[in-house]
Amino acid sequence: MSDTIIQIKDVNKWFGDFQVLKNINLNVEKNKKIVVCGPSGSGKSTLIRCINRLEEHQEGSIVVDGNELTEDTKNIEQIRAEVGMVFQQFNLFPHLSILDNCTLAPIWVKKMPKKDAEDLAMKHLEKVQIADQAYKFPGQLSGGQQQRCAIARALCMEPKIMLFDEPTSALDPEMIKEVLEAMVNLAKAGMTMIVVTHEMGFAKEVADEVIFMDEGMIVEKAATNEFFANPKSDRTKLFLSQIL
Amino acid sequence: MNKINFLKPDKSNLNLFLISGLSLVFISIFDVFLSSFFKINATGFLPTSVSFLLPLIIGFIGLHLIRIEYSGIRRLDEINKNFNNNNFNAALSLLIIFIIIKSLPPVLSWTVIDANISGNSKEACTGDGACWTYIKVWLRRFIYGLYPNEEQWRINLSFISLLALGSVGYFATEKFKKYLTLYYVVIYPIIAFLFIFFFISGGPVFFDFSYGIIASVVAIIIGFFVPNKFKLYYFCFVPLAVYLSLNLFILPEEYVELGKLEGLNWVETGAWGGLALTFIVSFFCLIFCFPIGMALALGRRSELPFIKYTSVVFIEFWRGVPLITVLFMSSVMFPMFLPEDFFLDKLVRVIIAISLFEAAYVAEVIRGGLQALPRGQYDAAKSLGMGYWKMHIFVILPQALKLVIPGIANTFLALVKDTPLILVVGLLEIAGMLQMAKTNPKWLGYSMEGYVFAAVVFWIICYAMSKYSYNLEEKYKTER
Repeated sequence: MSDTIIQIKDVNKWFGDFQVLKNINLNVEKNKKIVVCGPSGSGKSTLIRCINRLEEHQEGSIVVDGNELTEDTKNIEQIRAEVGMVFQQFNLFPHLSILDNCTLAPIWVKKMPKKDAEDLAMKHLEKVQIADQAYKFPGQLSGGQQQRCAIARALCMEPKIMLFDEPTSALDPEMIKEVLEAMVNLAKAGMTMIVVTHEMGFAKEVADEVIFMDEGMIVEKAATNEFFANPKSDRTKLFLSQIL
Repeated sequence: MNKINFLKPDKSNLNLFLISGLSLVFISIFDVFLSSFFKINATGFLPTSVSFLLPLIIGFIGLHLIRIEYSGIRRLDEINKNFNNNNFNAALSLLIIFIIIKSLPPVLSWTVIDANISGNSKEACTGDGACWTYIKVWLRRFIYGLYPNEEQWRINLSFISLLALGSVGYFATEKFKKYLTLYYVVIYPIIAFLFIFFFISGGPVFFDFSYGIIASVVAIIIGFFVPNKFKLYYFCFVPLAVYLSLNLFILPEEYVELGKLEGLNWVETGAWGGLALTFIVSFFCLIFCFPIGMALALGRRSELPFIKYTSVVFIEFWRGVPLITVLFMSSVMFPMFLPEDFFLDKLVRVIIAISLFEAAYVAEVIRGGLQALPRGQYDAAKSLGMGYWKMHIFVILPQALKLVIPGIANTFLALVKDTPLILVVGLLEIAGMLQMAKTNPKWLGYSMEGYVFAAVVFWIICYAMSKYSYNLEEKYKTER
């Protein structure tokens, strides 16, 4: 298939003796939105951290946009620049203003002129509706605003793929809405997304495919409607009955 | 009218308690004041131990009487809350007040009332107090060491210029702000070094009037007409290459002699001293040990075993030996390992030794800051495609250094106060000059004044530094 952008094949990973990922196989096509769900400790975060090699996998192969993830560092930095990531704890740089948070990587990694980088940053901040906060510091913003800034920061690198690692888990219910809104808009604009989340409403609205993981394995993988209407495995049914 | 209970003062008889309590406190303080300033013992008719403790007891009762909660008088409530909130604190407050009153007269009389400052010799000092004449006469020596009197303007001029050049940051416009880091990290230390070397040290100066310099000036002028794209490379290489090739290969040294100037009188570093030397040693050690320490801190956290263990061994070695042995080694042992014709000035060796020594401490302080950063910051920087250096320069180090400003200030203060140790290798900075003045036969017996003077000077330097570090903390505070 020509438009497969992420190809994960027979991936195994251990933390010491504990096997976190067991024989993971997954293909993601361009412009598809994948939601990964499952109980905590099931390896979903580890899986997406492996995709931009914040974690190293020990067996199998991961190919992102035609580049295989290996020890070669130069290669890694290139891939990471193409894969945006949003974290549970926002991880904004507290010593830089919102605007500088967004322009730092474009200026120094992509060598973009400062003026262009600022225009680009303002464009993305406008999209997530916090352009008016551009000159504040992260500590002065609410959680929801910080997470939207983190999304804008990742978008400023103009990535081909966006990874979301439980982006709403550390937020108040009211703020979850504004972050999800930004993510839905992004999905509608055609971005390839892999989202680890417990927000089933979000999954139903935008996901093309839902993956359910437990104990390091992919238990179930199905199209969204199929997944919620008639889940196959008992474990999935149990999980869905608890979360819905 | 309510019954008055003296054990439990309350608000209903506020005025009575207030008047009696305050008068008791006043009496106790007045008694101590009399005995301290006028040597009058108002309670001399009582047994010694009672008369000694009486002010404390009276004051204590007085404080008890005015301890009325929510009296409605703001001043009184404030005093009660801050000095007088229970019996123990009341006693402590009284004691501290008494100690201050008791110690004031001797300190005042020694430093001011009975002290002397007139005259130019020991005979002028007749009083019982301090002999500030001694400091006055020796002041030049304390500040400049053995540096020749008629050449001291060179030290003054250097320090004033360094201060002026150092304050450039305050006046820089927005346009030049981005070059400030470069200026302070690279250019300023070089200028400082040149000032110290050419101005304070002196000696002949060479001006190069060869064809090489003329040709390279021409090359620079041509450079302005080179297309922008190649300008940077052109300026980096061409003038230097023209100069070197002309000078070394085509027209060797004929014209260099032309440019030799006598310059300023040479003053060997052994003659430098006093406060000026304290400043020179502290300043250079500070600017050298900081980058070295930063590199060591990063090295210690490196994943490459060779770099990691080199840093660990280096840090643990320098932290494990006392500074005084390091100084001895640098001046006595180190020259033995050098080739015959290789000469390194004593002062330079000492500065290198102290810098390496302090770098180990700075490294550990900075490592503390690096470890305090959450892992998410590394993840975020990496996920944006930054490599090791970009991640550290733009994300990790700015935050870590901000966290460790108090620790670094601590280390730097310790460094400044360690500089008197260079006495052991024969360099006489301010404390060393004191040592020398103390043993001068004309001025025997005035070491106390000297040490007080040195203490005050060091205190001023160190207090200024710590104030500056608080300012930096405020400046880089971005939370909330």
